[in-house]
Amino acid sequence: MDIIVCLKMVPDTSETEVRVDSTGKNILKVRLINTTNEADNYALETALLLKEKHGGTVTLISLGAQNVDEVLKMGLAKGADRAIRLTDGLFETGDAWTRTYALYQAISKNKFDLILTGCIASDDGNSQIGPSLAALLNIPSAAYVTKVEMLDNTKAKIDRELEGGILERKEISLPAVLTIQTGINTPRYPSIIGIKRAGSKPLDVFDAAKLNIDPKIIESLTELQQMYNPKVEAKAQFISGSDDEISEKLATLIREKAGL
Amino acid sequence: MIAVLIEHREAQIKDISFEMLTLAHQIANTQKQEVSCIILSDKCQPFADAVKNYCHNIICVENDLLNNFNNQIYLPILEKIITETKPTLTMIGHTGFGTDLAPYLSTKLSMPLLTDIFDVELSPDRLLIRRQMYGGKITAEIISKKLPAMVTVRTGSFEKILTSSSAIKGLNANITNVSFDIDQSILEKSKFLEYGEVPTTGIDITKSDVLVAVGRGIKEQKNLAVIEKFAEDIGGTLACTRPIIDAGWLPKDRQVGSSGKTVKPKVYIALGISGAFQHISGMKSAETIIAVNKDAEAPIFSVAHFGVVGDLLKIVPMLANRIKELKG
Repeated sequence: MDIIVCLKMVPDTSETEVRVDSTGKNILKVRLINTTNEADNYALETALLLKEKHGGTVTLISLGAQNVDEVLKMGLAKGADRAIRLTDGLFETGDAWTRTYALYQAISKNKFDLILTGCIASDDGNSQIGPSLAALLNIPSAAYVTKVEMLDNTKAKIDRELEGGILERKEISLPAVLTIQTGINTPRYPSIIGIKRAGSKPLDVFDAAKLNIDPKIIESLTELQQMYNPKVEAKAQFISGSDDEISEKLATLIREKAGL
Repeated sequence: MIAVLIEHREAQIKDISFEMLTLAHQIANTQKQEVSCIILSDKCQPFADAVKNYCHNIICVENDLLNNFNNQIYLPILEKIITETKPTLTMIGHTGFGTDLAPYLSTKLSMPLLTDIFDVELSPDRLLIRRQMYGGKITAEIISKKLPAMVTVRTGSFEKILTSSSAIKGLNANITNVSFDIDQSILEKSKFLEYGEVPTTGIDITKSDVLVAVGRGIKEQKNLAVIEKFAEDIGGTLACTRPIIDAGWLPKDRQVGSSGKTVKPKVYIALGISGAFQHISGMKSAETIIAVNKDAEAPIFSVAHFGVVGDLLKIVPMLANRIKELKG
């Protein structure tokens, strides 16, 4: 089984505050660490587990400048076979449509049974590229997948996450695009041997011209006007003081409200 | 025309449908446009009855294969309806169904798609939406460079449409039944099997009066023990956010939020939870919410009644001792 995994490099903002830069159209990236998008990491693990069980290859693909190679090399170290990076000024200035079309052009030149990616990117939160890619490739897709089980070479049984702890169970024929939800597995760390081997695995770089992409086709359909920090209207009554004073006040409060 | 895709599951119409109708009328009023509902089901009548006083037109496609949502079956039908009726804006819920459908559909229609939006401004030649980025830490204003366009609407962003709303006074929709021959071979590609439930360990956090919930701020799995003990001491139950489940530190039935449980305890103690929209939507109705978080600007403080800016790993052990003293 040949699997393509789309990975995105994102700034890790899960535990930090995020500020807007002077253009008002981007965030301040100083002091932020770039990392593999969380859900993509689970998609990669899903691919590696399927490869271990059923054989085949795992190809990684990502968009961006040279620093994105970090994310790709990490994936190669974990056990992927080869990597492709798409880079072009045209892609950088585009939107979800631009990036989907670039991925489509690169992917359609490859043989594959399954395309996996994360169900959401932690930066833009679009949840868009996976199903969009499937539409361009004219193959079925399923979003927010929490379980993948191969029935045979051409069919998979999957669970999709709906609201309130309900799952949609369905059968999907391959080739297909699945967008993977976090928590589906436990992503591995690369081994020392894996890291050593990663250096000798192929990592190809393509730009728009090499992919025969007409710049007009990938023009963005949407445009970011501005970004800002939402006003958090703190309605909370803040309890302050030393840690000792705080815990005393909290204890009294909890006793009263919980009826201890 | 503003089109709203009615969402339903197991014969129940979903709240998001009525929330989108509120938004659709907000926009339609300023634009003197009509609002149309699209219903795809094996039995359209109950859903048509539910929305007929809230829109100008209803387009129904009835077919036994539409008893359950299936993105691949919905696609050709919606492609045809949208191509023929040309709505300026098509609204779909940003839900388990909508996220599985909208990007595919908009791409097939070569239409701009803006997902997970919570606000829309539409003028004759311009669509501007507001949505969150970076896990809710940033709000972005984005325009669609062309119309028609499609949006997926965040659940709970709008009130459900009210019968008393003046925008819909006297409305009684025209119903158009559209027949569509569904190509059975689609089932070979994509077939609904069943709805399932996430396996449980027997704990029902919705039944507890006191919940002590932990988020990423707990840092390490080993820190859970002290929180669990504290929860026990105050007669509470341990709950958590999604990242704790994803890390495998607690079982799925402990999760509060849109993909987990919706809870309404007497007391909800949020420890190291920044308050992503998905989490807040599951706990905002608790009677008393107490939040401890390092970041004073964390969105959790917008729903909490009492807040502490500080390190939960320092505060909780001291608090646990105080509680013991109080209990004597």
